[in-house]
Amino acid sequence: MDPIDLLNILRDSLWVCLVTDALLWLLFAAFVLALVVILRSPLQRQVWRQVFQQRLAVVSAVILAVAASFALLDSIHFRQPLPALTDDPGAAESTQVRYAVEVNSVLDLLLRGLRSDYEKTYSAPLAVNLSALEPVTITLPDGDVEVRRESPRLKVAGQAFPPGPVSASVYWTDVATRIALGTVGGLVSFGILAFIGLALHRWRRLVTPSPYSHPVARRWTLITLGLIFVLVGVMTSLSNNFHVFGTDKVGQDVLYQVLKSLRTALVIGLVPTLVTLPIGVVLGLAAGYFRGKVDDVIQYVYTTVSAIPGVLLIAAAVLSIQVMLDNHPEWFATAVERGDVRLLALCIILGMTSWTGIARLLRGESLKMREYEYVQAARAFGVSAGRILLRHILPNVFPIILITMVMEFSTLVLAEAVLSYIGIGVDPTMFSFGLMINNARMELSREPVVWWTLTAAFIFMVVLVLAANILADAVRDALDPRSERPS
Amino acid sequence: MSTQPLLQVRDLSLAFARQDAQGNTTLTDALSNIQFDLHAGETLALLGESGCGKSLTSLAMMRLLPPNARYQSGRLLLKTEDPRRPEDLLRVSEARMRQIRGHRMAMIFQEPATSLNPVMRIGEQIAEVIRLHRGLDQQSTQREVRILLDQVGLPDPDKAAAAYPFELSGGMKQRAMIAMALAGDPQILLADEPTTALDVTLQAQILDLIQSLQQQRQMGVLLITHDLAVVASRAERVAVMYAGQIVESGAVSDVLHNPAHPYTRALLAALPERAGHGESLLQLPGRVPSLGHWPMTCRFAPRCADQEPHCLMESPPQVVMPSEQTISVVPHQVLCWRAGDEAMRAYGDSGSVNRRRTFAESAVLEVRDLQVGYESSHGNWPWPLSHWFGDKAIQKPVVDGVSLQLKAGETLALVGESGCGKTTIARAILGLQPLSGGEIVLDGAPIAGQGVRPQAGWRRNVQMVFQDPFASLDPRQRIRTILAEGPRALGLAPATTTDAALCALLERVGLAADALDRYPHEFSGGQRQRIAIARALAVNPAVLICDEPTSALDVSVQAQILNLLLDLQAETGMAYLFITHNFGVVRYLADRVAVMQAGRIVESGSTRDIFEQPQQTYTKALLASVPVIR
Repeated sequence: MDPIDLLNILRDSLWVCLVTDALLWLLFAAFVLALVVILRSPLQRQVWRQVFQQRLAVVSAVILAVAASFALLDSIHFRQPLPALTDDPGAAESTQVRYAVEVNSVLDLLLRGLRSDYEKTYSAPLAVNLSALEPVTITLPDGDVEVRRESPRLKVAGQAFPPGPVSASVYWTDVATRIALGTVGGLVSFGILAFIGLALHRWRRLVTPSPYSHPVARRWTLITLGLIFVLVGVMTSLSNNFHVFGTDKVGQDVLYQVLKSLRTALVIGLVPTLVTLPIGVVLGLAAGYFRGKVDDVIQYVYTTVSAIPGVLLIAAAVLSIQVMLDNHPEWFATAVERGDVRLLALCIILGMTSWTGIARLLRGESLKMREYEYVQAARAFGVSAGRILLRHILPNVFPIILITMVMEFSTLVLAEAVLSYIGIGVDPTMFSFGLMINNARMELSREPVVWWTLTAAFIFMVVLVLAANILADAVRDALDPRSERPS
Repeated sequence: MSTQPLLQVRDLSLAFARQDAQGNTTLTDALSNIQFDLHAGETLALLGESGCGKSLTSLAMMRLLPPNARYQSGRLLLKTEDPRRPEDLLRVSEARMRQIRGHRMAMIFQEPATSLNPVMRIGEQIAEVIRLHRGLDQQSTQREVRILLDQVGLPDPDKAAAAYPFELSGGMKQRAMIAMALAGDPQILLADEPTTALDVTLQAQILDLIQSLQQQRQMGVLLITHDLAVVASRAERVAVMYAGQIVESGAVSDVLHNPAHPYTRALLAALPERAGHGESLLQLPGRVPSLGHWPMTCRFAPRCADQEPHCLMESPPQVVMPSEQTISVVPHQVLCWRAGDEAMRAYGDSGSVNRRRTFAESAVLEVRDLQVGYESSHGNWPWPLSHWFGDKAIQKPVVDGVSLQLKAGETLALVGESGCGKTTIARAILGLQPLSGGEIVLDGAPIAGQGVRPQAGWRRNVQMVFQDPFASLDPRQRIRTILAEGPRALGLAPATTTDAALCALLERVGLAADALDRYPHEFSGGQRQRIAIARALAVNPAVLICDEPTSALDVSVQAQILNLLLDLQAETGMAYLFITHNFGVVRYLADRVAVMQAGRIVESGSTRDIFEQPQQTYTKALLASVPVIR
């Protein structure tokens, strides 16, 4: 897509700000702010440099950054203008521009090819034929007409080949050429970007000689980015003639679905922590520090909450919200907005049910820590309880909070899959790993087996969750001043 | 001694392998040429400060080292039936080594609480060892367990065998631990700081027990300790370790009475037991260098007062000193260039500075009939069980009618066994513990008691220095924040928290100004204790409560801290309430002593009176169990 076109479309369109968009961008802003704080404090910089001395941590961070940038691109929504009605040319100037009901994101525009190219139904990755048999009428040489059942050629994929059966040698030559071209393209674009980046880096180092990054971090960032560029190049080049991950039941490209699912996964993984953390941290720390009556009440609340099966609570809440949304179609201009509200509701409910874990953990920590001598010393100075909690206990449990948050991220991403599987997850009009896996339930029993949607969703989800877990471990090692440095 | 030693350690060297980022392996020396003999029926003490390699030596003898440790050289010759063919422990198989551990050599650890499996009964744990090494049947195993528990002096062996570790007290656990070590009928017992975690009275009992068992069984005991007094009273021979080397070894009488190595001399001179009241203790500068930072030649040279240029150029030789006891066959060996040099400085005589000390007549702190009890309703049962099971009644009070008086500029030592309520008194004075009776008056104004509402800001007059310097500083705050916390919380003038004021504070406790922006974990134990003292000093308290401030520190560092406390007292006229069970420190530091037992003060008086003419039997018993250097 031409960047000028993109800008033109963005200028003419009606911008739609979904609530989860705002929250995602808010989280991103908070992240950037944290980054600035870290870069400006030499001590913090020291700590975080230790994180990025580990190869796996660097690789994980880059993967997460790429996933996050996809999600952020997918979080700028707008409605494109409809062409003016031709039968009334005079009124076009005066009346309002009318916008399409379809809400698109910047990512949709970038992936326009993937989005709009539908096949009829299932097709395997890199296939040129449909994966289902269809009756085909064939006129035999003797003039007879015969109806056979065979898998026809795809509408979109394989257009580079002439009609009729594609011979294996032609097919593989094409695939190999595209892979080679994609690799070269990816390498070249990576080379150009890396050159610009390094040149800028050199220049800045000449201006302010303070290298922030560690050589290990630099090297592995470049290696990972290079690999991702090559991967993207290969996929782009293959996508011109194939569906890299095949197509689903309605013939939609699976690669597109997977990329769109990244945003849902990140929203589900991050937004509930906005609910969990304040409740869990405040109640947990207060219970452990004040003990007595406060502790009794808080323990009563979280014992009760955790005694109710979470799935039941979520199901009840989601279903009642669903009913409410169904009864008020006038609240939403588009289906996407409705799905978004349901997603937000799901996030809040997930947050409300999952704060007990962190509260219990922090209660224990705070019980232990209130007996520590530095807390006693602060109490001997008459420091107020709130200040002790804020200045002494909170910073010391911060690594625990961070680790719980990232572990929670993984759990939530997986929980979404489970909830969507039993039909109380995200809106069926959205894309998510859970919905893809849910669909795969039927596909796995087909003949021939449709394995690719499940595989694609599985690979992307595992990579995302694994990267988050590895980064969490590295962060914990570095943030805890008492922990042994890995030798 | 004509008999063959049970174990000969010859030229044992050990290093730790470490891989750097490039994958290169570097070796860091941890033990160098350790050499000693262990005879039957004899106690050899390994003496040294923490980080000198004492525990590492014992682990190396058991071949229980961490995976990155490498034996560089050496032989560990264990006596066998054939006197000409001892078994080299570094060359036997792991399977054979497993037979030797527990059967020929057994170990007692420092912390009995963590050395016993909490989910197994004591009897089962001991029976396991017996089964492994002696292959007795069920009945004789049970009998053997009973005999062992009886031998280690547990009052009711059957009950003890059926008990879980948490049901036993610290001393009883250590006895059970010893019974377990003896279960395999070992010839060699390695005791790694067996009494460090225990009280003085328990320490004496356990050491007596080890000694009597040793006599009965003719075991060789390797006693690892940092306590010179324990060495003096319990061991026949001693090896002083410093930075992975044995710097001096020989008969205890030789080494402690005629120390030849400057390190041994400094250790002895740093003991508060030996210094007169009001004198300065010898300060050994610096601390034991950490692993990998050991000097190339003489490892003690950088801290040595008698250093000569030659000491930095060539490794010191092993010198055999003439022994006073002509009949002794134990050579007195020293690793030093200047061994036997008469011109070496005489430690201990030089540092006597008479500090000016003045007491006011009026009491700055007065505790009257203090009573504190812990409620048992919370914490024993999770909610809501606490409401059904927990009775609200106050249990037997922990502190029961204690009255104290502390004059300005005076030091009052509060001594007693652990659990007698010393720390509870401190917490009550600081307002961290509600009273159930009595009154506390600070500087003329009541601060705690029935219906007392203390005036705002009273806390600046009483502060505390805690026992564990590693737990008393917030690991996530910089020194600057830690020091400024008190003045800020008490609303003192902003001038007290300026950089200049904080630097001056650090200077008073002997730290450099660059410490301000560092975190606590970058400091050693002694330095952290200095910071903790500076934190208390920041608000200029009239009373400083010191709760065992030196018990977690090495002897030489303890001397530094005690000197600092005395200097500060002379400078500011603070009163100290000193809580300790180290009687050497009490004798050196305190003006008056109050002896506590089970929440009551049984005897109090001037230090001299208490030490020389104790009236109560409890005080006498306490003093009798204190090991002394003869």
